[in-house]
Amino acid sequence: MSLSERAPAPDTAPGLTAVTGEGDQYLTFVLGKEEYGVPILAVQSIQGYREVTPIPNTPAHVLGVINLRGAVVPVLDLRRQFELPAQFGPTTVIIIVRPDEACERVVGLVVDAVSDVYRLRREGIQPPPEFGGQIDAACLQGLVPVDGKMIVLLELNALIGQQASAASVAASLLHPQDSHLPG
Amino acid sequence: MDEELRQILQIFLEESSENLDVLEQGLLRLEQGPAAGEELNVIFRAAHSIKGGAATFGLDPVAEFTHVMETLLDQLRSGRRQADAAVVRVLLQAVDALRALLAGAVEDDATAALASAAPVREALEAVLAVVPGTDAAPAGPAGPAGPQATVGDEAAPAGEDAGGWRLQFLPHPDIWQQGNDPARILRALGGLGELHLRADLTQVPSLEALDPAQCHLGWQGVLRGEVSQAQIEELFDWVTEQCELRLEALDATALRSALAELDSSATGEAMAPAAATGNAADGAADPVGPAHETATPPAPRAAAAAPASVAGRSSNFMRVSTEKIDALLNLVGELVITQSMLQTFGGALEEDGKSGMRDGLLQLERHTRELQERVMQIRMLPISFTFNRLPRLVHDLSAKLDRQVELRFSGEHTELDKTVLEQLADPLVHLVRNALDHGIEAPAVREAKGKAPTGLLHLSAFHEAGNVIIRISDDGNGLDGERILAKARERGLIEPQETPDETQLHQLIFHPGFSTAEQVSDVSGRGVGMDVVSRNIVSLGGRIEVQSSPGVGTSFTIRLPLTLAILDGQLIRVGSQIYVVPLLAILETIQLRDAQLRAPVQNGEVCRVRDEYVPVVRLARLLDCREAQPEPAQMLMIVESDGQRIGLAVNDLLSQQQVVIKSLQHNYRHVPGIAGATILGDGRVALILDVQALSSLRCQPTRPLAPAALA
Amino acid sequence: MARILAVDDSPSMRQMVWFALQRGGHEVFQAEDGVAALGLARQQPVDLVLSDVHMPRMDGIALVEALRRLPELRYVPMLMLTTESSAEAKQRAKAAGATGWIVKPFDPERLLTTISQVLG
Repeated sequence: MSLSERAPAPDTAPGLTAVTGEGDQYLTFVLGKEEYGVPILAVQSIQGYREVTPIPNTPAHVLGVINLRGAVVPVLDLRRQFELPAQFGPTTVIIIVRPDEACERVVGLVVDAVSDVYRLRREGIQPPPEFGGQIDAACLQGLVPVDGKMIVLLELNALIGQQASAASVAASLLHPQDSHLPG
Repeated sequence: MDEELRQILQIFLEESSENLDVLEQGLLRLEQGPAAGEELNVIFRAAHSIKGGAATFGLDPVAEFTHVMETLLDQLRSGRRQADAAVVRVLLQAVDALRALLAGAVEDDATAALASAAPVREALEAVLAVVPGTDAAPAGPAGPAGPQATVGDEAAPAGEDAGGWRLQFLPHPDIWQQGNDPARILRALGGLGELHLRADLTQVPSLEALDPAQCHLGWQGVLRGEVSQAQIEELFDWVTEQCELRLEALDATALRSALAELDSSATGEAMAPAAATGNAADGAADPVGPAHETATPPAPRAAAAAPASVAGRSSNFMRVSTEKIDALLNLVGELVITQSMLQTFGGALEEDGKSGMRDGLLQLERHTRELQERVMQIRMLPISFTFNRLPRLVHDLSAKLDRQVELRFSGEHTELDKTVLEQLADPLVHLVRNALDHGIEAPAVREAKGKAPTGLLHLSAFHEAGNVIIRISDDGNGLDGERILAKARERGLIEPQETPDETQLHQLIFHPGFSTAEQVSDVSGRGVGMDVVSRNIVSLGGRIEVQSSPGVGTSFTIRLPLTLAILDGQLIRVGSQIYVVPLLAILETIQLRDAQLRAPVQNGEVCRVRDEYVPVVRLARLLDCREAQPEPAQMLMIVESDGQRIGLAVNDLLSQQQVVIKSLQHNYRHVPGIAGATILGDGRVALILDVQALSSLRCQPTRPLAPAALA
Repeated sequence: MARILAVDDSPSMRQMVWFALQRGGHEVFQAEDGVAALGLARQQPVDLVLSDVHMPRMDGIALVEALRRLPELRYVPMLMLTTESSAEAKQRAKAAGATGWIVKPFDPERLLTTISQVLG
């Protein structure tokens, strides 16, 4: 089930074209049959895929952490997050993103391949349709028709924000100090 | 204002803030008992420095306010007034007001600060008014960059009818040895009036005998103008011992003849007996001529010299921004990684007999390690920096809550990383508030219980096994188990039928759902509960525990790592992954033999280690290690986790090395059981185990205390 | 353009002295107490010393006394820059070998003028 099957046909009014000389730049990448976009200002670098150190007891789509010039950076497998079958190929890369200036966090996203850079106008972005299940709608910024195809723009803060939760921190405080052991 | 001046002002403000701390701490000690003279000197000087600086920087309101304060402090210092509770209280208020005034000075809007300082100043003046004979102002008024007339400015006009002075100035040969220059004094003299001079060369020896370091010259002269004897003597004040000075007052007629005499005279004639010899060593005299002292009643005892007395504040320091140090620290961290990488590669060279290389690598390791330790040291500060905030808090709270509290410190010199120290401040403040609000009882209540009316709050810090332990103990009422239990049930923190033991019960106060609006009081309830305290401590890589007995007291124990930056680690292999275990946590390591294992309880194994059964934690299972072909664990590492011994079953023990701790939380989040990450010599990331948390992680699935929301 | 050694335990005072004197083209070395100043004065030539009186470790008067014993500093003007104003302290400073006494607070421009006059 690809996104385009689920998404209603985009209503592209004549004269409204998303691709112009103005607007924000987006880097797009391929994941399965779909093309996704993230704001280019959020992209720190693109790294070849390499060995990742797994983190125990974390959701499956959190592949683990890598060393990025001395910093420990978590890596998310977007295929797993979007419930696509696992697949690594020669074009597989890790896109290092930092959602916005205010956010200190840097995260790597594993994708099938880097695709293109587009300049997209805000008016051209359509609100995300209601999806069932697969992707949390909060992770989507919207859809943009470009060259006869649909690009799914991701909401990085939400996508990454799913990893952190204050509750998990609090949980670690609470384990009682004793345990009922013999001896 | 000039940008440079603005920066200097900033330094002054920081310095004043430190001086205010000194002042405040000193005052609080005064309150506890009669102070040694030196203590009072330190307090006085702190105020004095603020006054002097404020005046120099043109912060008149600050200078004037501090002057009043200083006057009172001077009375305390000289013993003319006793530092009773009322006086100390007013002075403490003055410290606050002064802080506000200084803050207002930065914002260029001192209106509010001035308004609030006014009543405090009145209170100070009221105290001063009580005792008669408060005439002696300590050290001069606080005028901004006061009247500093240079000599030229004061030159009196030499009127036609003016009289003047005949003078003879015979410097001793050694006058230059004090850095004094007769020519300079004569120039200054010329600034006072119309000066006519003739050099006296009679004492100049022959060229062979001439010592250029000695002064062989003398002068005779006539000074015309309305000049007082004091004005002249002042100029010679600093050379009275190194010269002969004769002065003779002349009226207009005498002056004219003296001038004629000077013009025509040969050298070396003795003058008429001098009217006065320059022996004006007293009082408000000024050496250099210029820079008059501001007109002040002299203060005989003002800041009697006390070398090396700003105890504990020896300022052989340099202000360096933390950014610079951290950049250095990071770089050293990278160097450590590079060094261990080289070591890894160097190991392969050994067989080729390249011993020079090997030696070099060993040396590099030693130097890298030392460099790292030294750099880390820069960031270490004594915990007194944080403790020092507390006496004031206790003082204010005791008054507010009607408590009598003795605050005792021990181990204030224990050093901690600056970051840890800073983040420790809020939790400590909260715990101290809490002890006064909920722990220590009112004096009457205590007496009714047979306790001393004054409660004891003891803060201690010490090292234990590579950690810093900070303990906050009070001898108050202790935690109320019944109420905790009732509240925990009410809030659904535990099941109704569950009966936690005492330790579990006490630990509930750190639960995020526990602290609520209901217990908000003016003192403790500022929207932060014990859960925040606990979270802050955990985020520093530490943990907090509480022990309490009803009616006897409560004791919080905070364990913190010495530093957040490095760790001596044991590398272990679990499946295909490498983990790091803090070396300090490891008690011993033994070969794991199946024969020693027992499984007496459901999903629990124990291993017999000598005469003790130790619970076994299979790390491969605990760390969710999904190996295609699991291999049996070979080694058992006995560690202490949360006060009990557990055995960690691992596949292999690798090398031991110092690792640079990298935060996992920075880009990801806290992971239970993982203390952080590090980068190995080959560039891979290895996770550092949080041994303390492992034992609780181990029994997590069976814990009823963790509600679904927290899982 | 002279080399001036400014000694004060208050960083802001040192900075202020530096600020005042560098405008006159002087080179200002700073030391935070007598011990540091003594070390500095041994390392490099100094044309004038401007020192606070009350400082930890070694106070200004002890400093002047120590500096005067160094042959190269015997003829160098040494001024006390201080809030201290007692005659007794002044007398001790003089006995130790001080050249003069400037009372804080000071105005930067006036200080420069004064120093220029002392330097001649």
